[in-house]
Amino acid sequence: MKSESSKERIVQRAALELKSGYYVNLGIGMPTLVANYIPEGMEVVLQSENGLLGIGPFPYEGEEEPDLINAGKQTITETRGASYFSSSDSFAMIRGGHVDLTILGAMEVDQEGNLANWMIPGKMVKGMGGAMDLVAGAKRVVVTMQHGAKDGSSKVLKKCTLPFTGKKVVHRIITDLAVMDVMPDGLHLLETALGVSVEDVKKATEAKLVVNNVKIGTY
Amino acid sequence: MDKSVKTAKEALGKAKIKDGMTVMVGGFGLCGIPENLIAALRDSGVKNLTVISNNAGVDDFGLGLLLETRQIKKMVSTYVGENATFEKQFLDGSLELEFVPQGTFAERIRAGGAGIPAFFTPAGVGTVIAEGKETRVFNGKEYVMERGLRADLTLVKAYRGDKAGNLVYRKTARNFNPMMATASDFTIAEVEQLDEIGQIDPDFVHTPGIYVDLILKGEKYEKRIEQRTNRPKGGARA
Repeated sequence: MKSESSKERIVQRAALELKSGYYVNLGIGMPTLVANYIPEGMEVVLQSENGLLGIGPFPYEGEEEPDLINAGKQTITETRGASYFSSSDSFAMIRGGHVDLTILGAMEVDQEGNLANWMIPGKMVKGMGGAMDLVAGAKRVVVTMQHGAKDGSSKVLKKCTLPFTGKKVVHRIITDLAVMDVMPDGLHLLETALGVSVEDVKKATEAKLVVNNVKIGTY
Repeated sequence: MDKSVKTAKEALGKAKIKDGMTVMVGGFGLCGIPENLIAALRDSGVKNLTVISNNAGVDDFGLGLLLETRQIKKMVSTYVGENATFEKQFLDGSLELEFVPQGTFAERIRAGGAGIPAFFTPAGVGTVIAEGKETRVFNGKEYVMERGLRADLTLVKAYRGDKAGNLVYRKTARNFNPMMATASDFTIAEVEQLDEIGQIDPDFVHTPGIYVDLILKGEKYEKRIEQRTNRPKGGARA
């Protein structure tokens, strides 16, 4: 079992991907939590693909609005200067490359930047929602995930075994063990988490790792 | 041009609903769904419907009502995770399902309403979604062709509307309603507030009345919340 703290660690590291002035779409689940770690004073506008630029904090009890939800169907609030629009406008801004960054979860990712996060053959499939459009359209795609599956097998692969959400779409992978960039010659290991050695990452990774100037224990 | 009717039942009667028709239903989750028209569609007893809607409601609300009575033959959706009835009917083979990436879904409907039979999108390239579809390379990047989508009937929900069918949506309840209103042979809108013609500032109309055939004030609105999420009093963000 992965502890809650490993999830928090991934989320906190993912928040460092944000830059002032960015328009960002955070995926459902773990990526949504990145909003908790936006540094004070940094201006980031969060996009919700169901039609909002400017997601605010969750509402106080009694202040929920049925007409105001995020893509995970949670009640939210709007920030000052927010705007609402239709789903076709929303995906026009996503597909049109106007969203600077999307952070999404993954079931598997591979060294070519392929991402699998929507279906497991033989199981009930719930649907891909907006994930395929987001990875095809956002300027930068960062994946947050646990490095290994519950049975110990690697989820950072040479080639995804599950059906793709997008082909060659991932730029950066942030796991509980490491930060890696997708490059033509393999995954470049950039950073390891606290208490994690390069050797640990190698053992946990099926994909080809390129190890050069790694920063150890940065998060 | 007064397009107002009194009830959802009357509207469906005028729309000449019939078994086997294709219906677009607005909303994202339970947000911005035409609750009164869905209930009236259930009460009408029409069967073998193909329903085009982003989600499938929950077990006892929204489109879940039509699944419970097995009036839906096929769903065209992007995500159906919240509905156990749906899962059961899909797994026992009594319900067909077509998944469409959400942006492609929105654009197919927009295109359908705008007289565009097909378009190319990067979403889904290299995935099962693109299998069997035409692909083309533009400026060195691969795109897949997707078709415009139309229906026999559209049911939408807006916050406000006037008797000419001009609609104004509220917050994220807008979602798929504007494009769906354009993409059918017949569109019925239900609103929380029905105004006289001239009461809505023309500069603030989201859906012009040309797309709306009938409009009614919904009898009642439950506006159920799917995932009530709060922050603690005086607490941190999110």
